[in-house]
Amino acid sequence: MRTTRYAASLAALGLMLAACGGSEAGNQAEDAADSNVEVQEEVDFEAGTTMAELAEAGSMTVGTKFDQPGFGLLNPNTETPEGFDVEIAKLIAAELGIAPEDIEWTETVSANREPFLQNGQVDMVVATYTINDARKELIDFAGPYYEAGQDIMVAAGNPEGIEGPEDLAGKNVCSVEGSTPAQNIRDNYPEATLTLFDVYSKCADALANGQVDAVTTDNVILTGLVAGSDGAFELVGNPFTEEPYGIGVPKGDDEFRAFINDTLEEAYESGAWADAWDRTAGAISGQEAPEPPAVDRY
Amino acid sequence: MQFLADNFDLLWDAFLTTLSLSLLAGLLALVLGTLLAAARVSPIPPLRGLASFYVETFRNTPLTVVFFFLIFGLPQIDFILGFYTGAVLSLGLYTAAFVCEAVRSGINSVSTGQAEASRAIGLTFGQSLREVVLPQAFRTVVPPLGNVFIAMVKNSSIAAGFATSELSSLLPRLVNADAGQLTAVLLGVVIAYMIITLPLAFGVHRLERRVAILR
Repeated sequence: MRTTRYAASLAALGLMLAACGGSEAGNQAEDAADSNVEVQEEVDFEAGTTMAELAEAGSMTVGTKFDQPGFGLLNPNTETPEGFDVEIAKLIAAELGIAPEDIEWTETVSANREPFLQNGQVDMVVATYTINDARKELIDFAGPYYEAGQDIMVAAGNPEGIEGPEDLAGKNVCSVEGSTPAQNIRDNYPEATLTLFDVYSKCADALANGQVDAVTTDNVILTGLVAGSDGAFELVGNPFTEEPYGIGVPKGDDEFRAFINDTLEEAYESGAWADAWDRTAGAISGQEAPEPPAVDRY
Repeated sequence: MQFLADNFDLLWDAFLTTLSLSLLAGLLALVLGTLLAAARVSPIPPLRGLASFYVETFRNTPLTVVFFFLIFGLPQIDFILGFYTGAVLSLGLYTAAFVCEAVRSGINSVSTGQAEASRAIGLTFGQSLREVVLPQAFRTVVPPLGNVFIAMVKNSSIAAGFATSELSSLLPRLVNADAGQLTAVLLGVVIAYMIITLPLAFGVHRLERRVAILR
């Protein structure tokens, strides 16, 4: 009697879990891990700089996202993240003489990027990190190394006929609480009804269930979700903001920032930047590497 | 602190959401939990079995999974709840299992002689439970019920991950607005929770002394 009771409970739980299996975020391109950055053998930096310290230590800690297909997604088999942000971080580390396997990856989410830099828990943050003035008060940005834009994802066939943010009026649009795209909708498109979860994968589930009409955030994130949806979703493809992604460094470390900017410009010229794109985000979206944005040495 | 004052409207709205969510879910849990406890001690075997099944299912399932099931699972069989309704139901159904067990322990603390005596004078099972057993049972379970409800208020923070803009959903929102105010925001949210839980704890303590049975 007792055994049957527990067995029945377990069966009920099994049903629940089966019902919850929604859309998984897009799978990472298989060759993403095959990084071919050339690690500098001999490095020489002025004593006392961050670069000298890191080169001396032979390792560094990088904060990145672990849940963003194409930019930073944890590979459960290797337990390291993969994506465009990760490749950019590897390029910078290589210039410091640090091999990819000597980078320690720390997961950063939107809410903890500044504290991690301020407390010295990470040496730099490459995590789909939009450059803005409020953040510059607390930390400094190298780059931008990529320019994203807020876009909209809808169910396949676009049944609601949403072509841009103006069409969201009266519609139920999903995003993540505490994200800049969500705040943008609140501030500039108040007639849209916002549904806010803690992660984008729940927005994808809600869109698949018809609980929301659209999902909005940076196009690069949506591209990953569309790629993982087996044709259930499509991108409107009409970016309506500019989100320059920068590399966060501790406030006031201008030498390190200048060094990263130099490294980025070299990677633009050598083709390493475009190559990193093709192997990661480009492999998922099928898009050619765009023109890299000009580095902003403020 | 200035930052919190500037965002007082947001804090107030979120506070009211947490409060209403807790009150509605708490009411559901109290009523359903008591009915379940009655079912678990009833003389009808199928009723007992059903109630035990309910309690073991909900008590042994993580609350996040209950939320997932109600908010994302049910729509797949075309049964769509509003997000707020889903949160009230998830929290209430889950907490009911704990209320049931607390009340049942109270029922067990009432000596069987009382139940036998009330049946002997001709009361039905329902009457003896309502008039004799439950009034005494509730008196003994005030402190554990208080624990269950305080835990429930804090558990309501899980609704933030399921599209209900309650207190803890303010953390990411306000931190995104100004990352430098992280500590102030944390403090503000904790204090707001305490405004609900501390009077609750105090009320439970008062109630406990007032209704205590001298044995």
